[in-house]
Amino acid sequence: MQDIKLIEVKQDILSENKELADNLRTRLQQEKTFLLNLMSSPGAGKTSLIQKTIEKLQQEFRIGIIEADIDSMVDSEKIASLGITAIQLRTGGFCHLDASMLNQALEDLEFQDFDLIIVENIGNLVCPAEFDIGAIKNAMILSVPEGDDKPLKYPAMFSVSDVVVLNKIDYLQLTEFDTLEFKDRINSLNAGAPVFELSCRTEDGLTDWTTWLKNQIDSFIQG
Amino acid sequence: MHELPVIEKIVDIILTTAQKHQINEIRAVNLEIGELSHLEEEWMQHYFDYLSKDTIAQGAKLKIDKIQAKMRCSHCQNEFEAYSGSSVKKNCLFCGSTELKLISGNEYYIKNLEAI
Repeated sequence: MQDIKLIEVKQDILSENKELADNLRTRLQQEKTFLLNLMSSPGAGKTSLIQKTIEKLQQEFRIGIIEADIDSMVDSEKIASLGITAIQLRTGGFCHLDASMLNQALEDLEFQDFDLIIVENIGNLVCPAEFDIGAIKNAMILSVPEGDDKPLKYPAMFSVSDVVVLNKIDYLQLTEFDTLEFKDRINSLNAGAPVFELSCRTEDGLTDWTTWLKNQIDSFIQG
Repeated sequence: MHELPVIEKIVDIILTTAQKHQINEIRAVNLEIGELSHLEEEWMQHYFDYLSKDTIAQGAKLKIDKIQAKMRCSHCQNEFEAYSGSSVKKNCLFCGSTELKLISGNEYYIKNLEAI
């Protein structure tokens, strides 16, 4: 019987991705391209928010979109109809994007030509939180019908997000959703992260979000 | 949820390590995985068996040390288990403050290999 040896590995499985993401961020800073990572559950309104954001900001910024939703080409067709460059990532059933997929997508899009690139991450509240894609800011959208308890169920997602959008506030009256409680829960995990309450359908609250984003991009480009 | 890409990475790392140490057979892989990852151990082993087939890691067992998600209170600095049931706590167990920070539970770490 041969002796079993213990070989030390001591390696973080995600370290390679993290390193690649950091390199990507540095290149984005050099080229002054603001990469926004948009995460949410399926159906929370990523595509609608992207469409509305384009409408409000397309006069000021050169905008590009990277679509990664598992759902066919429908999303990128919607975006292309607004006259915006969009590419669709074939994610092959993956549950999240990682830095190497983004690296390729940014090359394909020729990211140097854009001021703002929005990534529509795969609809899922678990995995995208764990894989840094090199974004300048991470945003997550929660929609009112999903419930105000989500920050406590998916704490990692709410901890990594720099900003939270609460969409579908036009449904508030139909639900038990407690906005103050929701904000409290986010604040307890991620103090200082702004929360924007809006409805992509009625456009209530939309300007607060686009103004915030515009200011972030302006200071990024100047900085 | 994302067992497959994580296991791909693990197989990649352990085979590279094994090559460096001139190992003939890997019997087990000791891992530390944070509770927040929601990885299913059964599926991890299943994917591992599939991806390590016909390599020196074929048949190896994944020994997983689950790392508990913990929070630290920014007010009183006490640390405690983050989850109560399926939700994380909203208030500090000690002083009631709502300013809490997740300090563990995100680990994806390969400790060592048991090999011959």
